[in-house]
Amino acid sequence: MQFNRKHLLGLEELSSDEIRMILDTAVPFKEISERQIKKVPVLRGKTIVNLFFEPSTRTRISFEFAEKRLSADTVNVNVSTSSVSKGETLVDMARNLEAMKIDMVVIRHAASGAPAFLAQRIDSNVINAGDGWHEHPTQGLLDMLTIRDHFGKLDGLKVAIVGDVIHSRVARSNIWGLQKMGAQVGVCGPPTLVPASLKELGVKIYSRIEDVLSEVDVVNVLRIQLERMHSNMFPSLGEYNRLYGISTARLEAAGRDVLILHPGPMNRGVEIDSDVADGEHQVILEQVTNGVAVRMAVLFLLAGGKQAGAAEATEMRGE
Amino acid sequence: MKRLLIRGGRLVDPANTVDEKLDVLLSGGKVAGVGKAIDAAEVDEVLDATGKVVVPGLIDMHVHLREPGREDEETVESGCRAAAAGGFTAVAAMPNTEPVTDDQATVGYIIREAIRAGYSRVYPIGAITREIKGENLAEMGSMLDAGAVAFTDDGHCLASAEVLRKAMTYSLIFDVPIIQHCEDPELVGDGVMNSGITATRLGLAGNPCEAEEVIVYRDCALARLTGARFHVAHISAARSVDIVRNFKAEGVRVTAEATPHHFILTDEAVGDFDTNAKMAPPLRGAADVVAVRKGLADGTIDCIASDHAPHHYDEKEAAFANAPNGIVGLETSFALVYTELVLGGVLDFSTLVRRMSTAPARLLKLPGGSLAVGDQGDVTVLDLDINWTIDKHKFYSKCRNTPFHGRQVTGRAVATVVGGRVVWRRDGD
Repeated sequence: MQFNRKHLLGLEELSSDEIRMILDTAVPFKEISERQIKKVPVLRGKTIVNLFFEPSTRTRISFEFAEKRLSADTVNVNVSTSSVSKGETLVDMARNLEAMKIDMVVIRHAASGAPAFLAQRIDSNVINAGDGWHEHPTQGLLDMLTIRDHFGKLDGLKVAIVGDVIHSRVARSNIWGLQKMGAQVGVCGPPTLVPASLKELGVKIYSRIEDVLSEVDVVNVLRIQLERMHSNMFPSLGEYNRLYGISTARLEAAGRDVLILHPGPMNRGVEIDSDVADGEHQVILEQVTNGVAVRMAVLFLLAGGKQAGAAEATEMRGE
Repeated sequence: MKRLLIRGGRLVDPANTVDEKLDVLLSGGKVAGVGKAIDAAEVDEVLDATGKVVVPGLIDMHVHLREPGREDEETVESGCRAAAAGGFTAVAAMPNTEPVTDDQATVGYIIREAIRAGYSRVYPIGAITREIKGENLAEMGSMLDAGAVAFTDDGHCLASAEVLRKAMTYSLIFDVPIIQHCEDPELVGDGVMNSGITATRLGLAGNPCEAEEVIVYRDCALARLTGARFHVAHISAARSVDIVRNFKAEGVRVTAEATPHHFILTDEAVGDFDTNAKMAPPLRGAADVVAVRKGLADGTIDCIASDHAPHHYDEKEAAFANAPNGIVGLETSFALVYTELVLGGVLDFSTLVRRMSTAPARLLKLPGGSLAVGDQGDVTVLDLDINWTIDKHKFYSKCRNTPFHGRQVTGRAVATVVGGRVVWRRDGD
């Protein structure tokens, strides 16, 4: 089976078969990162530009490792040092990069739809590394891979996304991906941060975190951004923690095994208490490890690789 | 004096309750005769309207001509040519120009440019407040002397209830409409499209109907308080229509207009971030579309206006949140209204003529909107049988920003007559 897409713009547009193919492809790639020589030559000669219009550490480094472990040549463009600060438009910048004969663009942008905009106008493969509040598909995929690693399945699981759902591209990619894979998705957070219209997508809206913890198998805890407090989305970080923070006491009161995910970076003591962040329920660092593998799988498949070829590709040795 | 005979057409003139096959004779810029088989021997020019419909010149009371200031997007000349091609004998020009149309000189400049261009008439609408800042009243009286016909801070909602109350009270001297772009800026916030599932899906900030409704209600109440004439621009939300209906029933002097895009498209037209579906107020939901249509049918909404808003393609070529609001409309408005509302069974044809000619003329106290002997000789000749495909590349407007490109429509202006002179005529196609 071949992955027949040119771009990865979001999980909304993918079928469950396509998502499954990416996750299955990621599995053999995980092993590469465990080796002494972490490199296979499957993308040798490919040029990839990581175009980051927003600050990012984790996602950018994860993509860069994925690209390098597949032997691609990579260039990182960060907004602070780019010609965007000289007033160049997004489309002009992309066309210029493409004129230098690149193969793929990984883009992070503050505006929802920026990767789709780019994909409509340039010939390279476009991978969305997070656009505004819209989607962060590789994060959604790595979250699903982590959950699947733990439960052996996604179908039938109950997953809740807790926190600033309205401003979260991670939430949207999780909702689309998990629903397509047969999981039941719920959300919980202050109503100022949870769009009521999500009901129309079949998403359950929880008002109390206690109800979430007594019902679901997985909680994906979103990062709370300090600026949301300043725009009156909630009165204080302390009150947020009191109402929605994931604490050991709450987990114990629920008395169930709940898997805790967090896309990072964490605010310890706000959305998640330190003893949970470091505790036995969480798989936060597994998510990071899986992030590299999922991104390798996406790059490999978009470059025309076949899922069946992934295992074979890992047999190859880099120079 | 030059005499033009428009012969053989079906004359639809609701102001004079006329709907029959009649010739119209224009002389000296005025209507000189309306009758059956007027003798063509003594005329200078005959316009054969056989099989066509003849109506009082269409008037678009909400148009952005962009001049002065953004001549790269539109000029008075290019906009007036687009208007004439769309069948409009007159347009009202919005004041959010650069500099703002907030004084006598700018009003006079726009009128002179329109006369020089020689297509449709232009009636400038002046700013309510200087530089559209919402603070100090602009010189209404001076602008009216120069030819302005109404006042608005369009593009910006005049948010201060107190400034608006003063403006309405002051406008009583002249009995002219105060037009409001009804959107509470605080409720709009960062919103770039209608609140709802499409905005949630796309991760775009929502702008709820309530942002419009609260201002429509507040300003209707201020119209009641002051006794002024108040006009709601581009009404978009179902409950806004209800509010206007209720205040009208109460006898408050409120009027409203709607644009074709607000009664044809919903927020689903944003699709995958199509910036040509980005407007202010935004495209709403299906129930709102139905309510606006109902408002047009029952007379709650008096007029149809296009809110013609040309934008340079560089500016619409951007991520959705960064693109400007608005679309061009002069060259698509009539066909869209005829196809959707008349062929769609919402309005009869004579009501269309009221909404697009008679009502805006009365509202702005313009000569026009009627074709009785002695009236201004502004006439539009329409072909209601022609099916065509909207092609943005054929627009006379300088801009192409429309979500209707490629749409199949019926009905088109074939001749536009201003002051007894044919200013535009469709040849061939």
